[in-house]
Amino acid sequence: MSTWLMIISAGLLTYATRLSSILLYGRFVMPVQVERALRFVPVAVLTAIFFPDLLFLQGELMLSFSNPRLLAGLLAMFVAWRTKNVIYTILIGMFSLWIIQYILTLF
Amino acid sequence: MQTNHIDTQINTPQSEFFSGVKAEIPLLIGVIPFGMIYGILAIAAGLPPSAAQAMSFIIFAGSSQFVSAQLYGLNVPGIINVFTVGVINLRHALYSASMAPYLQKLPIRWKLFLAYLLTDEAYAVSIVHYQEDSDQRYKYWFFFGAGLTLWTTWQLSTAAGIFLGTSIPTSWSLDFTLALIFIAIVIPSIKDKASLAAALAAGVAAVILFNFPLKTGLLLASLVGITVGMVIEARS
Repeated sequence: MSTWLMIISAGLLTYATRLSSILLYGRFVMPVQVERALRFVPVAVLTAIFFPDLLFLQGELMLSFSNPRLLAGLLAMFVAWRTKNVIYTILIGMFSLWIIQYILTLF
Repeated sequence: MQTNHIDTQINTPQSEFFSGVKAEIPLLIGVIPFGMIYGILAIAAGLPPSAAQAMSFIIFAGSSQFVSAQLYGLNVPGIINVFTVGVINLRHALYSASMAPYLQKLPIRWKLFLAYLLTDEAYAVSIVHYQEDSDQRYKYWFFFGAGLTLWTTWQLSTAAGIFLGTSIPTSWSLDFTLALIFIAIVIPSIKDKASLAAALAAGVAAVILFNFPLKTGLLLASLVGITVGMVIEARS
């Protein structure tokens, strides 16, 4: 398969996945259970994306307080909960990660 | 005369578009280094620059582009490469289902166009905006603004990696901003026991299933979270 055919096929497949329900919605009766499930899509998928980022360092599970991403992530969660502010969450999360990483290099 | 504090702001396509752009901007701190790294990695894997940039344009899905470029470098057959990209991007079917009710009344050309812009980062800010109880009429312009901002940034940052070989040092840990963004979006949207349970279940399952091939762990963990959320909701 040529490189270009590969890229175009992969692109079409990805696009079809993105378009799927947007195009078909309303043409079929959606089961009530599916309608109910949709509410949980953002919270479930986005958590499944970020959670491992806090616990895995270079592919290794690191469930300890010497994991700077876990500490900074927990702090960011607290900030997000209290302030509901994206910018504060990013700034405090990033600065605390840098500080914690720096402190850990001292030991 | 007493006036009630009702949100009287009138939303226009323009105001929605710029709100979408504004909502997307913080996410770019994480997207830019990610795009640059992809560009450098794609060239290192042996992709011609035009093909590496075409991936950003045609596939337009960061993590699957990384994997696809690596498989290309390993001379994996194209059909397997296509299949791999397809599986990694399956989560977009969930995004599509989740956005579909809100886009239902739009003309087909808008649906075809907005589906192209349906990435993790554009979805994250847009679905939160859709779920807010406010004037729904022009929210697709918000999605358009967020999606176009991300699209432009992705094209430019991957081009910087491909053509200039520029990257940001990994010691800056800017990739962490993407996790922070999702934290900033998810945590405030947890409003009841059911959504908290959905998030916890999805997060724990994602860690347990982390080593599943082709990011299928991410998809399975999402389904676990959705199911747990529904069960808890049905009970209360």
